[in-house]
This record gives sequence, structure tokens and C-alpha cells, in this order.
Amino acid sequence: MKTFTVAKAVTALMLAGLVLLPLYSQLSGNIFILTLFTRVVILALAAASLNLIMGFGGMMSFGHAAYLGIGGYAVGMLAQEGVGSGFIQFPVALAASATYALVIGALSLRTRGVYFIMITLAFAQMAYYVASGLARYGGDDGLTVYKRSDFSGLINLSNRTQFYYLCLACLFGVVFLIWRIANSRFGLVLQGLRSNEQRMQAIGFPSKRYQLVCFVISGMMCGLAGALLANNTDFVSPAVMYWTRSGDLMVMVILGGMGTLFGPVIGAVVYLLLEEFLSQLTEYWALIMGPLLLLIVLFGRGGIMGLLGRLQRG
Amino acid sequence: MLLVVEQFLNGLQFGLLLFLLAAGLTLVFGIMDLVNLAHGSLYMMGAYFAATFAAWTGSFLLGALLALGATLVLGIVLEMTALRHLYGRDHLDHVLATFGLILFFNEAVRLIWGPAGLALPLPAWLTVPVPILPGIHYPAYRLAIIVVALLVALLLYLGVMRTRIGMLIRAGASNREMIGALGINIKLLYTLVFGLGAALAGLAGLMQAPILTVQIGMGENILILAFVIIVIGGIGSIRGAFLAAIFVGMIDTLGRAFLPNLLRQVLSGAAASTAAPALSSMLIYLLMAIVLVVRPEGLFPASRR
Repeated sequence: MKTFTVAKAVTALMLAGLVLLPLYSQLSGNIFILTLFTRVVILALAAASLNLIMGFGGMMSFGHAAYLGIGGYAVGMLAQEGVGSGFIQFPVALAASATYALVIGALSLRTRGVYFIMITLAFAQMAYYVASGLARYGGDDGLTVYKRSDFSGLINLSNRTQFYYLCLACLFGVVFLIWRIANSRFGLVLQGLRSNEQRMQAIGFPSKRYQLVCFVISGMMCGLAGALLANNTDFVSPAVMYWTRSGDLMVMVILGGMGTLFGPVIGAVVYLLLEEFLSQLTEYWALIMGPLLLLIVLFGRGGIMGLLGRLQRG
Repeated sequence: MLLVVEQFLNGLQFGLLLFLLAAGLTLVFGIMDLVNLAHGSLYMMGAYFAATFAAWTGSFLLGALLALGATLVLGIVLEMTALRHLYGRDHLDHVLATFGLILFFNEAVRLIWGPAGLALPLPAWLTVPVPILPGIHYPAYRLAIIVVALLVALLLYLGVMRTRIGMLIRAGASNREMIGALGINIKLLYTLVFGLGAALAGLAGLMQAPILTVQIGMGENILILAFVIIVIGGIGSIRGAFLAAIFVGMIDTLGRAFLPNLLRQVLSGAAASTAAPALSSMLIYLLMAIVLVVRPEGLFPASRR
């Protein structure tokens, strides 16, 4: 392992904070902060999954929120039809996300660059309209999940602390998986494809197959986030798939540092806390957030992780 | 028969409107290599400007003209303050920065005009139905949209293909360093092109305003359609955008109008009325998927650089 860096210290501090948060919430009696951070952790999971294809795979998906919806609707619809067991709901959510990712990925990967951005966006928007048309499952108004996923005594999702730790465990698991993927042969091929696809093809790697597998893995991870999110809000609606939500996820990844392991997690924490802070400050928080994004893009290369790295070098 | 003709014209009108939006988007992308998500915001601003100016002046036409000028100016200011700094950057940076602009515009509109939508009433002479075929009437305003949009498309074609400015624009699209080296003020040219694109978006917005309500977020859904169009037509190609826009406008309108009835003949009533809205809103995306499978570069790709 390399020696001490500022970025590592900040990451460790943040992770420790996330682990100890329920303790703080318990001691101070501040329940709101636990609810807020459950959302933060779930969206950090979604951002980390997006980072897998954006940062390591070089695939700029602008439709990642679709999986949040698919995972969520899998839980919501099954609950509506009387299937309350999480052992069924979560696998179905993952399978549905994987299927969607397989089809969308196979089509979208025929293109690259801006085309890819626009096409993933358009397909996610299609998913949004389809969900809006599901009259049986609430249509535009969304679907209330009356009962959280039931894991028959193993873990109780209605208990705030237990649910928070489940989400956090999922986040850590996904980040660990991404770390293993990024350092595997598979991940190295992907990063090679990101740098120079033609060369990799010339060496003999079937580039599209590698990218598609990565796309599907990422989609399943985000589907998991969707299933958790539906449990967190007890509600799922087409709005979770709306394209601004995909934009939010992208911003989290860029803000934290694309292609770094913990960057998206930091990005999600900072972005959502900033949103929370600004919206308490003024009703018109987006008036500040919008130009702030512009400035981050113009001046903040490499995101927070890049900034911390520069800080170190002085 | 009446319904078919009417829906056909509706499709044409919607397609032409989409073309105005897609033309600006594809022009800006083809020439400046800039992905502008905020294009839909300019469309929205056009509609809000028109509603406001029409209320002030009491005249629809005067309001529309002022709104057109205002969106042009807004586009130029936007280019000079923010977007100019994004040229040559990664496309992802464009997406994020203009995403930020959308947040800003939506919120600014909420602040200035309030969360409720506005209405842009039509003058009486535009609301009368016009006979187009014996026994078939069509609203004058929708007919006017078709005429104006066709006129703009023609002007755009002539402007780009037949004038000196158009020549510079085409030259800038194929090699920006070279035309800069030949002593052309590239910065000014870019600003001009962006302003033109903004004005086209504004025109689309203000023409659509009397048909739909003027509201926050109105630009976002239609922006996605414009994306679908330029993906189908081939990015950077105005001809492709034109044909794809009419195609998409037709399919979307005709699909929404006739698909429910078609489905009802195949499926049971309840199943059809459930599936129809979802399926008809999916139609154009399916079309896009098919085009991608057959021709990943779009139907009419602009010539390679």
C-alpha cells in the first residue's frame, strides 16, 4: 500500500462518520439525520454503480435513473400483488434491471460519444413514459408501498437503524465489488477500451461484449439501489426515473471524482447535503445550484478527489 | 377520412415544430461541437417571452416578434458569458454545465413568473377554421405554423447553402482552425450561430405556446424528442433533422391517434386501453432503436470530418 494521502484520510473520515451516524442519531435524538443519510447512502450506491461504467468503462450513460425506477417498481408491484418477501422482491429487481440493461446496452453500444449519451437518455425517458402509463400501478401518481420487503426475521427493514446498516452494507459491498472488478483482468480490459478502443480491438478483444457485461453489472447495482429506495420512501413513482435524476447521479460522480473508488460516494454526500443546506436557506435553491454546477465544470477538474490530490502536492 | 387528414396535418405541424428545435441543436453541435441541453430552456423562454410581450403590447404578432428578438439576445448573452468557455472541452462537461443551466432557468422562471403556467391567447383571426379540402376544415393557427416553419426551413437551407455567412458556417463545421487562419472572426461566427439556434428554439416555443400552456419544464420533454430526431437524422445534418423531425412528428401523432383503436381490434377492451398509452409513447423510441440497429450513424449522417 502507498503511504498516507489527504484523499485517503478524508475518505476514511467520511466512512467512519457514515458507520457511526446511527450512534450520533440515537444519542442526540435527531431522527431526521438518519432518514436523510439513508437516502444519501442509497443514492451514493447508485452513483457508485454509474461510476463503474462512466469512470472505468468510459460509457457516459445519461439514463441511469431508469434502474432506480425499475428496481423500485419491482418491489412496489410485487408488494401490490401480495408478494411481500424480500427474498423474491430483490432478486426480481436485480433480474429486471439486468434484462433492461442487456437490451438497452446492446442497442446503445452500437453508438459512441454524444450518441451514447443521448440514446441512454432517450431510453430512460421511454421507461419513464411506460411507468406513467401503468394505470394498474398508479400511473403518473406513483405507487405506495404499504409494506416494506419482508426478510422473515433476518432483518427488519422498518427499523430505521437496521435499514440504514443494510443500505450501508450494500454500499460497501458494491464499492468492494467495483474495486475487485477494476483490478481484475476484466476491469483492465475495460480501462484499456476506455483509453483506446481501436487498439484493444486490434489486439483481439471483443470490445462490445466486455462493455455490455460491465453495463449490465452496473445496471444491476443501480437496480439494487432502486429496490432500497422504494423501501426507504415507501413509495415509487415515475419521477424517480425522470431524466433530471439521471443528471443528478452524473453530477455526483463528476463532483466526487470520476474513475476513483470512493469519489462518487463523497460526491453523493456533498451534493445531497449541499442541496439540503441550500433548500433550507432559500426556496429557490436551484438558482444557486445551477451556476454552481457550471463553475464546478469550468474550474474543478477531477472533482473533489482531484482537488484533494492537488492539495497534497501543494 | 376527416380524422385521418386532420391527424396527418397535426403530425406535419408537430414535426415541423420539432424541426425548428432540432435544427438549432444540430447546428450548434455540428459547428461548435457543443452539446446543449439548455436548448429546451431557450424554447421555454421563447414561450414565456411571447406570453409576456403579447400581454404588454396587446398584439400577438408584436409579442411574438419581440419574443423572437429577446431569445436571440438571450442566446447571445448565454454564449458570451458561459458556453463560450466550454468549446473544445469534453462532451460530458457540456452535458453537466448545460444541465446546471436548466436548473437555473427553471428556477429563474419560477421566481419571475411564478409556479403557475401562463396562457397565450390567440387573436380572433387565427382561430377560425380554414377550408383546405371540400368539406374539411383545419384551424388557421396550425396552418400558419406549418407555413411559417416551412418558410424558416427554406430560408435556413438557402442561408446555409447560398450565402457568404452560410459558406463560412459550413467551412467552420469542417475545419475550424483553417477558417480562423484565413482571417475569419470565428468567435463572432460562433456567437452568431448560437444566437440563431436560440432564436429557432424560441420560435418553436412561442408558436407552440398558444396550443399548450406555457409552463416550467415544457422544454425538457420536447428536448428529448429533439435528441431522438438528431440521432435518427444523423448529428450535424440539417437535412437529416428535417426529414427525421417530420417522420417523428407523424409517427408520434398518428400513433397516439390511431393505435388505441388498432389495439382494440386485437386485444380485449381493458387490455388495449392499458397498453395503448404506454405503447404509443414508446413508438418513437422503438423507431430510434430500429434505426440504430440498421444505421448506427443515423439515416443521413453529415459528411465525415
